[in-house]
Amino acid sequence: MTVRVGVVTFPGSLDDRDAQRAVRLAGAEPVALWHRDKDLHQVDAVVLPGGFSYGDYLRCGAISRFSPVMDTLIEQARAGMPVLGICNGFQVLCESHLLPGALTRNDSLHFVCRDQRLRVENAATAWTSDYEQGQEITVPLKNGEGRFVADEHTLDALEAEGRVVARYLDVNPNGSYRDIAGITNAAGNVVGLMPHPEHAVEPLTGPGTEGLGFFTSILKKLVNA
Amino acid sequence: MARVVVDVMLKPEILDPQGQAVQRALPRLGFDGISDVRQGKRFELELDGPADEATLARIREAAETFLANTVIEDFTVRVEEEAK
Repeated sequence: MTVRVGVVTFPGSLDDRDAQRAVRLAGAEPVALWHRDKDLHQVDAVVLPGGFSYGDYLRCGAISRFSPVMDTLIEQARAGMPVLGICNGFQVLCESHLLPGALTRNDSLHFVCRDQRLRVENAATAWTSDYEQGQEITVPLKNGEGRFVADEHTLDALEAEGRVVARYLDVNPNGSYRDIAGITNAAGNVVGLMPHPEHAVEPLTGPGTEGLGFFTSILKKLVNA
Repeated sequence: MARVVVDVMLKPEILDPQGQAVQRALPRLGFDGISDVRQGKRFELELDGPADEATLARIREAAETFLANTVIEDFTVRVEEEAK
């Protein structure tokens, strides 16, 4: 069976092509989805890519969250369809309330672009099962508003339920609470991640290939389903 | 016709690095005695009709769902002017 993974393009998306490429390298078929099209074209999973949708106007992800494609996507995600939001995609997932918390201006006020070491804290989600629990990986990170915040109660719940998917190692690049780089919903099908695994899928163009696991994980899950 | 103003501010417990940067710049420019700065957003909504209760309720709904992210922000809604 060919696994079909949709990648949504919003006006201002940057990394939709890279995400499609990562999907292809993982062995699945990427399907380009358009923000104004409610139809998900029978894809098995969706990636919301990085970028600056709607110029980050109002708040990052706040306008894209109300685009027609999101109506269908939110419904499908609640029904269990795997969704990975990377960077701006993570912001869209928080604005959609599919994930708790919010992403705010980096505490340094600087846009940060670096190869970032992470620890995979939850290798049981739809998007991380090809990693080992506690595995350390390096993928690029690039954001100006990547500081994950939530109230103490929410943070405690995320930790207690094992819903922190990845944590920053060595350096906390943006002031995220508890070094959180990515989280998942209670069901484990929706994952938001601030760093960019789709930029670490080929040795030529990234710091390595340690990001590919997010995309092979989903393939494994869907093929075995 | 009326103008309704929606002010959106980060909640007090959310760090506002932009406000801090502004606050730190003030003494350098000779503006002393300002101990804290928080930066927010102001939306001016021009209405087609009067700012009656039903309209204000809809605007509060818009503020709640769209203009503010109530996970990190508070908002206030007020009628600024009722045109004659």
